Amino acid sequence: MSAVALSARGLQKSFGSLAVARDINIDLPVGARYALIGPNGAGKTTLINLMTGLLTPNAGQITLGGEDVTALRPQARVKRGLARTFQINTLFAGLNPLEAVTLAVCERRGIADRFWQNIAGNKDAIEEAYGILARLKLGDACYQTTRELPYGRQRLLEIALALATKPKVLLLDEPAAGVPVEESGEIFEVVASLSDELTLLFIEHDMHVVFRFATHIIVLVGGAIFTQGSPAEIAADPGVREVYLGTRKHG
Amino acid sequence: MTTLDASRALTPQAYMQGLSRWQPIEIIFWLATLLPFWLFPTYLSLASQIAITALFALSLDLILGYAGIVSLGHAAFFGFGAYSAGIFSKFAWSEPISGLIAAALLTGLLGYASSFIISRFRHLTLIMITLGLGLLLKEAANSAHWLTGGSDGLQGVSIAPVFGLFKFDLYGRTAYGYSLGVLFIVFLFARRLINSPFGLALRGIRENFVRMPAIGADSRAHIRKVYTISAIVAGIAGALLAQTTQTVALEVLSFERSADVVVMLVLGGAGRLYGGLIGAAVYMIARDQFSGIAPQYWYFWIGALLVMVVTLLPNGILGGLSKLLKRWSRR
Amino acid sequence: MLPPVFGVLFDGIAYGMLLFLLSVGMSVTLGLMNFVNLAHCAFAMFGAYVTVVLMKDFHWNFFATLPMAFAASALVSVVIERILYRRLYRATDLDQVLLTIGLAFMSVAIAAWFFGTTQQPIAVPSYMRGSIGFLGLNLGIYRLFLVAVGIAVTVLLVLTLEHTRFGAQVRAAVDNQRMARGIGIDVDRTFAITFALGSGLAGLGGALAIEIVGLDPQFALVYLVYVLIIVSVGGLGSIAGSFAAACLIGVSDIAGKYYVPQLGSFLIYLVMVAVLMWRPAGLFGRR
Ligand SMILES: Nc1ncnc2c1ncn2[C@@H]1O[C@H](COP(=O)(O)OP(=O)(O)OP(=O)(O)O)[C@@H](O)[C@H]1O
Ligand SMILES: [Mg+2]
Repeated sequence: MSAVALSARGLQKSFGSLAVARDINIDLPVGARYALIGPNGAGKTTLINLMTGLLTPNAGQITLGGEDVTALRPQARVKRGLARTFQINTLFAGLNPLEAVTLAVCERRGIADRFWQNIAGNKDAIEEAYGILARLKLGDACYQTTRELPYGRQRLLEIALALATKPKVLLLDEPAAGVPVEESGEIFEVVASLSDELTLLFIEHDMHVVFRFATHIIVLVGGAIFTQGSPAEIAADPGVREVYLGTRKHG
Repeated sequence: MTTLDASRALTPQAYMQGLSRWQPIEIIFWLATLLPFWLFPTYLSLASQIAITALFALSLDLILGYAGIVSLGHAAFFGFGAYSAGIFSKFAWSEPISGLIAAALLTGLLGYASSFIISRFRHLTLIMITLGLGLLLKEAANSAHWLTGGSDGLQGVSIAPVFGLFKFDLYGRTAYGYSLGVLFIVFLFARRLINSPFGLALRGIRENFVRMPAIGADSRAHIRKVYTISAIVAGIAGALLAQTTQTVALEVLSFERSADVVVMLVLGGAGRLYGGLIGAAVYMIARDQFSGIAPQYWYFWIGALLVMVVTLLPNGILGGLSKLLKRWSRR
Repeated sequence: MLPPVFGVLFDGIAYGMLLFLLSVGMSVTLGLMNFVNLAHCAFAMFGAYVTVVLMKDFHWNFFATLPMAFAASALVSVVIERILYRRLYRATDLDQVLLTIGLAFMSVAIAAWFFGTTQQPIAVPSYMRGSIGFLGLNLGIYRLFLVAVGIAVTVLLVLTLEHTRFGAQVRAAVDNQRMARGIGIDVDRTFAITFALGSGLAGLGGALAIEIVGLDPQFALVYLVYVLIIVSVGGLGSIAGSFAAACLIGVSDIAGKYYVPQLGSFLIYLVMVAVLMWRPAGLFGRR
């Protein structure tokens, strides 16, 4: 068993009377390719929000590379190497991809508060940003306003922004959400090509994709971990099938 | 189309460089600001008022146009700068440049202190807080009669010649030259700020406040910084008004002044460097031309204008122009 | 015998009732749609002028004009909501602020055009004018009437909200709009009705305010500041919050002007900033 990159211990969260995270324990080993699956409303996005600090848990603990980050603000967790993408595009609509990714690079390098410097003077940062965009096949679209980009491109930009923070752990919330099946392959090729050292957790509904890219699958139902295991184990689990086909009562 | 093809061949860095390059139209604009000296020598007082108001609008543009912070109390800093400069000349000395710097620093302190408050809020609460702080300061200035002269205004301000050479004259020659010079210098600074990494971060805050922490940005720290800078610029504008008119009325802190500057900025085009400048010029000239009509009817047209800008011209005059230009060049 | 401080308290609460009527509609519409309506007090002013016209030109009884003030304001607000506001629900705060303050400016000018800039005197029935002694205090009859109206409206609102189907829909929509839409509540219709009701109450408040604070075209802007303070201090979407904040601001304002007149309105701004620093979402706000 290799070192743990990110772990959650006993996470609890409820909105009013609705419990959306019940005693969740997760360990992501370094370099993992984990999938998080579960029906709509299972609490998958909420779990990512909890781990990245957008929501505060009612109880529980989150450690990143051995350090307790439960009390840290989201940006401090990002600085320590925890990045995420959003299920619903959360982009800088009025900036173009080059500007957006350059901004993320500048923030990481700690030069985003320099108001006396022309941005064009930061050649390294701009070229790094362009490099990330080119790697995600966004190079030719990088001067186009984000708002005007085709939807599939915007999904890739979500990933580019997260990569610009040079994460150690990356949480992808349905990276191909809303993308037609033909194009979703392209997005997951990008995901698959990411460095082996990067620890990855992704949410995805398409089981073909999950079985192809994940080495380990966590099934979340009604805010609790229903089961987890290798793709083969999950595929053979009759309970999981029931959950997905809705024959089992839950909620 | 040609611009698009050309940009494709650009390196990313050259592209960024291009964004901050001086355009011919900008140089023409600044040369045109010198014309009043020869063309309208009797309107130099108005021109100086315009330059001062433009500087005030520029300060608001930094927070509202770029960082998306709506303030209905920005006159607080304008007024504080004006009183600082006035009181400085009364109790310290009358040399204008040092007075201007002192006022800027004092206003910066006030801006820095209040930035800790305002950076905690968003949306309506933010609007209310800025409004409340503005009104609070006005009431404070009103009751500190011994210092500010209260509703009678601050009397006995006298300002020495600029550089010891240029006396403030009745025609506003010195006033306009001085205000324009300061406006230009601060504009250069603002222009650099907008094209800096920090300027990019501000636009990030405006475009998506939620995403900023997810790329590791501390938006509140950015907001505190830009708010302080904006306060300093507003304070300089107020100080210019105090020095060029050699008096300070309580009106410098009024809600109307806060509302007017928002109107000007939006009219010109918020989030564009020249938006505040153009808006201030159009607004002030229009008000001068229609000075015959009673103020309440003036506000009818302002109201109608706002409704029209929001429903028909969302990005102000400059936004509308650039849209027209784009459509025209596409043909 | 009660010390005079109780007299100040009473006047403050009576004034607070007026402020409550003026502001409760704005609080609920803000909570519902996050729509910043700075023209809210223009609707209040409209109601007030309806009362003035009916009394002066048509010699109606003061009390008979009150329902008309309510109805007229509600009606006008619905028309404006349909034509202008509807398309701005998803717009930025700034756009909403600009459009609605533009309407407020226009309303000031229009009122000045029709009625001039002078105060509009009206004569409430003479039996409302006096005062009655109570444990050594002089309680104005009209102010007692205001307190009664304020309490009656509050009770009516709370009952409607708690015990009717419509009230349940409003509560659900304020609570979680996404969820409310999900379970089939027509949020837009609910909003339109709430908006009309809120503007109607503002119109009623405007009409009742004439006797206390007078009426001139600046009303739409002067009381806007009070309403905004109450809404943000009370917390968006909360009737109880508006009620508490209105009493707090009413009493602070009257007490401030009575005991430390040289400070002017300093006190209420201070109260607002202090409350918001302590609880950014207001006294009864949740977000
Ligand atoms: N801010 C919130 N306030 C109240 N309820 C919320 C909030 N956010 C999420 N919920 C509720 O919590 C539950 C879990 O939501 P979540 O978005 O985590 O689900 P999910 O597993 O990501 O679903 P999907 O597959 O649709 O993305 C849902 O019932 C949702 O309505
Ligand atoms: Mg989700």
